[in-house]
Amino acid sequence: MTNEPTDVFALMDSDLTDSDEHRRRTGGAGVDSDLRLGGDGVKKLRSPQELEHLQATLVAARDPEKVCITICSGTGCLASGCKQVTDAFREEIERQGLADQVDIRTTGCHGFCERGPVVVIHPQGIFYQHVKPKDVPEVVTETVANGNIIDRLLYVHPQTGEKIVYERDVPFYRLQTRVILADNGFIDPTSIEDYIVRGGYNALARALYTMQPEEVIDAIKRSGLRGRGGAGFPTGRKWESCRNAPGEPKYVICNADEGDPGAYMNRSTLEGNPHCVLEGMIIGAYAIGSHDGYVYVRHEYPLAVENTALALEAARSYGLLGTDILGSGFDFDVRIARGGGAFICGESSALMRSLEGDVGEPGAKYVRSVERGLWDKPSNLNNVGTWANVPHIINRGWEWYTSIGTDGSKGTKIFSLVGKVNNTGLVEVPMGITLREIIFDIGGGIPDGGKFKAVQTGGPSGGCIPESMLDLPVDFDELTKVGSMMGSGGMIVMDERTCMVDVARYFLNFLREESCGKCSPCREGIARSLEVLDRICDGEGQPGDIALLEELGELLEGFSLCALGRTAANPVLSTIRYFRDEYEAHIHDRRCPAGVCKALITYSIDPEKCTGCTACARQCPQEAISGEKKEAHVIDQDLCIRCGVCLDTCKFGAVVVE
Amino acid sequence: MALSVPHMELEMEMDVAIVERILDRHERAPSAIIAILQDVQDEVNYLPEGVMRYLAEQLDIPPSKVFSLATFYRAFSLEPRGKHLIHVCKGTACHVRGAVKILEALEREIGIQAGETDEHMLFTLETVNCLGACALGPVVVVDGEYHGQMTGAKSVRLVKKLQDNGKGQTKDDE
Repeated sequence: MTNEPTDVFALMDSDLTDSDEHRRRTGGAGVDSDLRLGGDGVKKLRSPQELEHLQATLVAARDPEKVCITICSGTGCLASGCKQVTDAFREEIERQGLADQVDIRTTGCHGFCERGPVVVIHPQGIFYQHVKPKDVPEVVTETVANGNIIDRLLYVHPQTGEKIVYERDVPFYRLQTRVILADNGFIDPTSIEDYIVRGGYNALARALYTMQPEEVIDAIKRSGLRGRGGAGFPTGRKWESCRNAPGEPKYVICNADEGDPGAYMNRSTLEGNPHCVLEGMIIGAYAIGSHDGYVYVRHEYPLAVENTALALEAARSYGLLGTDILGSGFDFDVRIARGGGAFICGESSALMRSLEGDVGEPGAKYVRSVERGLWDKPSNLNNVGTWANVPHIINRGWEWYTSIGTDGSKGTKIFSLVGKVNNTGLVEVPMGITLREIIFDIGGGIPDGGKFKAVQTGGPSGGCIPESMLDLPVDFDELTKVGSMMGSGGMIVMDERTCMVDVARYFLNFLREESCGKCSPCREGIARSLEVLDRICDGEGQPGDIALLEELGELLEGFSLCALGRTAANPVLSTIRYFRDEYEAHIHDRRCPAGVCKALITYSIDPEKCTGCTACARQCPQEAISGEKKEAHVIDQDLCIRCGVCLDTCKFGAVVVE
Repeated sequence: MALSVPHMELEMEMDVAIVERILDRHERAPSAIIAILQDVQDEVNYLPEGVMRYLAEQLDIPPSKVFSLATFYRAFSLEPRGKHLIHVCKGTACHVRGAVKILEALEREIGIQAGETDEHMLFTLETVNCLGACALGPVVVVDGEYHGQMTGAKSVRLVKKLQDNGKGQTKDDE
């Protein structure tokens, strides 16, 4: 399959079967007669009562006991082949004549991407992982028709070896507190009805009809919600400043320019449940007094763009977006802008310049975008995750929200738990949970018996946190205290095969490419730091390099124009702080303890373990490996370019890196 | 649609009617220039200079501004790209799982560096900072199709398969 927008449409089209799913594509042409407005459009909802009636009708039309096969169709599972699995289910259900008894729903990301394609069979909640098209006939015959569990498709606990049948019992899910991601596994993101059935747009109705804009702002302030983009600014205060700022029109913007490498919760939220983000934006616009909104989304996320576009269209057709929303007299509409692949455009002022059709260079900080933002008008920018929290706070009350989290950080946060960890995927946890709980209890620890070394949080602005701090409670303030930051929520686990100097170099290289170059401290400070890191990794480090890096770090932190430069030294300073011995090994001993930096390592073959299978010799691009069949092989160090192909190829662990 | 033929003698390398349609879709708003450039690139795979000049004239913005946008944003290419577009993800999760080795293997196999196109216009090799498919890392995307948990050897096989197809052979991998 491909991820081109047009093909995503084709994919969606082919996924349609029942009338329930069909109406979304036709603008409601397939809606039950009493919901229809005569012609071809759905009836615009004119009051909370009409929304309630629609909800009741939709709920009544669904049988909660009916078998529903949900197939995760997020980007991760698409890459693992869920499309073919979906097709196979449709064919098999048809072939066995079960079409009337079984629903098939393609949903957004379930979060457990590494196990994809993921299939959950409701109402029981049976969890199958790595499902292949060839498994499908058996799943339908055995599980769907006869209620038998297929052992080999079950999740196996990495430590206990126990096989787990139900999704709710898989530790990866059981130990999470899912609020934002709670509905992802149940909603077809292209169906607004799926969202409405689960209480969608109730918060909007409540805000528009029972709350003054100031009361909405007050509720958000009291909830303690802080910006999920990373900086953690109090959302309610931002809204209030924007509402009070003189000037019209005011703009409301959703930041979906998720540029932090290693973080993809915004992608999954927009792809999997775009209406909850949209509902949050409409409520925010009402509170702020805005009628124009934008979603600024990365062009690297074509499925998120498509699903958001479909959501806007569907919401408009139901009168939930556009003029006179829900008959309240409030007008608000949203446009989508695709980013151009520039990391800096996640910064608020740069993002607004980009929306204006300019290069994304940040402005000076004394100009506050809530006063003078897009087109110099008051503009309120929040992250996808921030907007997605809003409907929950309005529905369940700020008191409920403050019951989750720590003193300074309320609610849940979604992290993308990736890197050297067993259960990679998206985890939503209450603020204040420890790193150890996330990485070892939910994440299942380090794969292949490896040893934990560090966890990197906060993307290129964040830092690496060592094992001694695994019991740190995770919230905005604690992470900052140890020299890292929350950032957008990337959590990259590293083991003893990860070189911390190389990681610092990796981030500096990233930042050098992404620095817009407008201010000298950032442009030059990053480039000079990178030069130093390059020479350390190349085995040419000099005494005093560590001190030089620290000095350059101070320059970046103190004098850069925007947060990109001010935080650029974090990856360097935090690794020096906690892994100074690795820097020293590189500089003084000309040694890379993790076996990563090419200039400082050699590959060799352990004659005891080598079986003489010749696999490595055949793959070696340099033909540097020689040896007879069934006899130990040898690497010619003069020819070896340390590409690591032999290490990846060897099935016997005979290739040694030192 | 009535078209005004550009009075500049330019190699458009693209049908003027398509450019006009894109301009109309964005209501010929100068502020929509980034979206317009994206749509142009979606059509012809890169931004031909003639098209950029034409857009500047039609939208009444300096050509230098169009050029600065086209070079500022990574998504844009000023050079024609190969038949197959290969993206190697350089996100952090992919990096710690060995993305560098994969990129180097592809560079060796195709004989070009990241950011380049081979002389037969068959492959363009690019890196991307994160594709948001981190759980599957390292990730390589070939013509929009995601390949997860890659190794150097696996990515070389992918390229070889495309090379063989390019030669008109029908050698299918498993």
